[in-house]
Formats: sequence, structure tokens, C-alpha cells
Amino acid sequence: MLLIYCPYCEEERSELEFRQAGDAHIARPTNMTEMTDEDFEAFFFLRDNVKGLTFERWRHLNGCGRFFNAARDTVSDKFLTTYKAGLPRPDLGTLRPATEATVETYEATESDAK
Amino acid sequence: MRKYSVFAVAREAMRGHRGWEAQWTSPEPRKEYDVIIIGAGGHGLGTAYYLAKEHGITNIAVLEKGWLGGGNTGRNTTIIRSNYLYDESAGIYDHALKLWDGLSQDLNYNVMYSARGVMMLSHNVHDQQVFKRHIHANRLNGIDNEWLTPEQAQEFCPPLDISRTARYPINGAALQRRGGTARHDAVAWGYARAAADRGVHIIQNCEVTGIRRNPDGSVAGVDTNRGQINAKKVGVVAAGHTSVLMEMAGVRMPLVSYPLQALVSEPIKPIFPCVVMSNTVHAYISQSDKGELVIGAGTDQYSSYSQTGGLQIITHTLDAICELFPIFRRMKMMRSWGGIVDVTPDRSPILAKTPVQGLYVNCGWGTGGFKATPGSANVFAHTIANDAPHKINAPFTLERFRSGRLIDEAAAAAVAH
Ligand SMILES: Cc1cc2nc3c(=O)[nH]c(=O)nc-3n(C[C@H](O)[C@H](O)[C@H](O)COP(=O)(O)OP(=O)(O)OC[C@H]3O[C@@H](n4cnc5c(N)ncnc54)[C@H](O)[C@@H]3O)c2cc1C
Ligand SMILES: [Zn+2]
Repeated sequence: MLLIYCPYCEEERSELEFRQAGDAHIARPTNMTEMTDEDFEAFFFLRDNVKGLTFERWRHLNGCGRFFNAARDTVSDKFLTTYKAGLPRPDLGTLRPATEATVETYEATESDAK
Repeated sequence: MRKYSVFAVAREAMRGHRGWEAQWTSPEPRKEYDVIIIGAGGHGLGTAYYLAKEHGITNIAVLEKGWLGGGNTGRNTTIIRSNYLYDESAGIYDHALKLWDGLSQDLNYNVMYSARGVMMLSHNVHDQQVFKRHIHANRLNGIDNEWLTPEQAQEFCPPLDISRTARYPINGAALQRRGGTARHDAVAWGYARAAADRGVHIIQNCEVTGIRRNPDGSVAGVDTNRGQINAKKVGVVAAGHTSVLMEMAGVRMPLVSYPLQALVSEPIKPIFPCVVMSNTVHAYISQSDKGELVIGAGTDQYSSYSQTGGLQIITHTLDAICELFPIFRRMKMMRSWGGIVDVTPDRSPILAKTPVQGLYVNCGWGTGGFKATPGSANVFAHTIANDAPHKINAPFTLERFRSGRLIDEAAAAAVAH
């Protein structure tokens, strides 16, 4: 179970209180009826499904109830930072995402074992 | 390849088991193949086998970043059934079920397919209506599925508690008698041995790091940690890592990868004769031939490649199992693990050509593709050999997410496996 820092409540709470809510920074189209099928597919169905650093929305459902964004590494599941909804992607600067070489998940240790 | 038989077992018993051969070889990769398959799970190895057996293409490499069968093929709870709602799904899953029956003979390898029956519990009126709809739809497609009263369900599965005071009372069940289980490792090993025997190269510890293209955009081959390997046709069969590989060819996929967990108990004497699933309570359970109870949990809520998953997901499942089968309350769980499953928006797979000439993809099996292994491999081999889909997998395109022709098993089942 993960510990997640809610930027509104300003404290770490158990994952049980949160719901993941898909990718962050996807602008909902304002011209839905005029979009081509290709554009709608890209918006609605296609996903980057990143292995590594990803930006996603979370909701503190059983807490303050608010949506916020997070930068997380999908190999280690480690949260690099969380930030309020509406803010741009943070500059992660020196906060490098963990790589398979530095994190001891199954995936990482399996590639070590090679 | 020396044939496996009861006589071979007797012969080897007489001479200290010194005569068994390696089941497959570990050759050095060639510079070029006719077909490269990325991913040595059941679906990838099976594809190579059927390409060699049914289409006469034997100059094939199956590239695997870890060890063969080490992905979801070796991590799943081995439930096999074909009672899906839509005609398209019925077509592909039942094609697989027909191949399961006879697969051990075809491969000369005991995959331990056991048609012990898969029973899905109904807990309320809504379940009952949904299951009966499935039963009727299945029968129209010539697929066995029948409705049982609670008493009939208990007769089929004696440990089942059908009392009205149960925490989750049961008002009936749907039973597919041809459903059951198979030994997951044996499926990977059996396909690997039979494919290698026909000349297929299985290259383990070989991670694909790039997909090469010709100036006209078509596929030229792959880059790996063991160098460049050329091929005009490349099939991506990489389950949870499909998005990562397709990105190397510039194709964005309608997939999200999630951890999915399973666990087994300490082994006990035979007590559980079939597979039982409860979608409403979210639990499914069977007993392996070694005696362990095999229990499947749900996916985590966030995308991940960690192959672990949260502890709360497992405990939630065990809560449900203990409520359904109080008899198991004091059992110890022995091992738990996770796999990374690739989930599509409609919960149906993609077995198709891609926008890149010569690049094919077989993915999106999500939480429930083990059952489909022989059928999927069989029609995917056809697709690669003919550069056109078999009629069974023709509906399972990538384009359906543009045209809207979804095969919406997600809405039909709410949960899979
Ligand atoms: C816990 C769990 C329970 C399940 N229970 C059931 C069930 O009861 N019934 C059912 O029908 N299904 C079930 N499933 C789903 C089922 O396991 C999968 O759908 C199926 O096994 C997928 O097979 P595959 O051959 O496509 O993938 P895999 O067996 O995962 O094979 C893909 C391979 O690709 C390799 N690969 C990835 N990236 C690269 C690369 N860059 N280069 C080279 N190789 C690469 C991987 O290492 C892997 O070995 C379950 C899954 C899990 C995780
Ligand atoms: Zn909060």
C-alpha cells in the first residue's frame, strides 16, 4: 500500500483514501462534435502507458475529496511529487525518476539477476 | 526430438534418467529471420509453433527479455472457459477451448488440461439475469453453459455454503462443464519444445530495445541487447509491455498496464473439485493438482510495471474467500506474486495488423488471456503468414477504437479472468 501526500490536506495518507483518476494534463476538447475520428480516438482511447515517469490525476476521495496531480515512477511506484490541480507540470529538476537499476521491485531485481 | 510416452518414462526409470534430452536449444541469434516474435509467453511461443506447423515458416526467432514463460503465462491462475457474451468473443475463446482439448497430444506434452467445470456464482437478481442472458447467448453460439439451482451448485461443489444465513447468499450459478484449468508452465514449455523441434530459435535473455524501419516505413528488424536482428515481419506479443514496444515503432496503443496478483495456500488433500468464480464478491478459486488452493485477486487501481501490487488487494480477496468458504478460514497462504496485464478499453484483445507494414500485434488480453492461448496463437500465426487476419480474429482490430466497433465485454462482465 502506498503513502500519498495530499497537497490540499498537506499530509501523507494511506492509498486506501485515494482513487487514481487517469492521466493528468489532458485537455478535454471543446469542439467534440467537430473532431475527426482520429482525434477523438487519440483523446479518448489512446494512452502513453509510460514505463517510468508519468503524470497522473488522483482524488483524495475519502479525505478532502479534491483532485490533484502526481508525478510517479511506474517501475518503482514511487511518488516524486504531488501538486494542486491546475498547476503546470512541475520542473522535476534534480528529482530523477528511479530506474530499474536503482529500485528493488521484482522487475528491477529480475533484470539484475540476468 | 525423442517422443514422450509411458515407454520413455519406463525406459528412463531403468537407466537412472540419463537419457532425457534438453527440451529446446539456446542458439546464437542469426543475422536475419523470416519472422521475429517478441515475447516468449504462451501466445508468442504458440504463434511460432503454428507458423511452423500450419504455414511452413520455420525461419523464426522468438525473442524473450527474461526466461520463457516468465511473464503472465507463468503467473496466472489458469482458468479456462469460453462463455463470453458477444459472438466475436465466443468465436475466439471457443476456438481456443476446442484446441485445448487435444493440445497435449498435438504437442506430445502433458499440459494437464482438466475440464473440471467453471462455476460462476449468482448472488442476486441482477447476477441471475446477466448469467441467464449469457447462457442463452452462449447456447445460440453452440457453447455449453447451464443454469444450476443452489442445491445443484452445492452438489457440483460440496464445500459451497448455500445457507440463507451466509454472508453472501447464493441464488444459483452458471456452469460451463468444458471449462477448467491447465498447467501454465507446461503450456509454455510444450509449445517451446514443439516449436524448437521444427527449427524455431528461442532466444532468452534477449531484450528488444528498438524496432527498425525501412525508408518506406515498413519493418526492417529489431535492436536487442544482443545486437541487431533483421526480419520483414515482426509480431509483438508482449502483454504488459506492449505499449513500450509499440512506442518504438511510433504507434500509440489503447492500453493501460496494471498489476494483477494471485496467491496459493499450503497444499492440502483434494477438497475442491472445480473452479468457482464470484464476480459480485470478486473472488475466484480452484485447487491445483499439487493440492494448493489457487486464488486470484484484482488489479491495482494505478498503472504500473512493478510486478508487485498492493497488499490490501490480496487481503480484500481473502476476506471474500473466507466469507464464501468459511472452511478455508484457518489455512495458511504460502506465496503471492504479481504480473503486469495490458487492459483495453472494451476488455477485448487486439490481434491485428498495425499501421506499420510488417508489424503485427497480439495484446490486450488483460486479466484473462491464458484461456485463449492456443486459439490466439493459431489465428495470429495465420495473420502473420497471410498478412491478413483469420476470420476469427478479423473483428479484433486496432481500428475499432476509431470506428467505434467495440467488442464490449467490459460492459458485459464487469470482471474477467
Ligand atoms: C495474477 C494473474 C492471474 C491471471 N489469471 C488468469 C486466468 O485465470 N485465466 C486466464 O485466462 N488468464 C489469466 N491471466 C491473464 C493471462 O496470464 C495472460 O493474458 C496471458 O498469460 C498472456 O500471455 P502472453 O503470452 O501474451 O504474455 P506473457 O506470458 O506475459 O509473455 C510476454 C513476454 O514478453 C516478454 N517481453 C516484454 N517486453 C519484452 C522486450 N522488450 N523484449 C523481449 N521480450 C519482452 C516478457 O518478458 C514476457 O515473457 C492472469 C494474469 C495474472 C497476472
Ligand atoms: Zn486531501
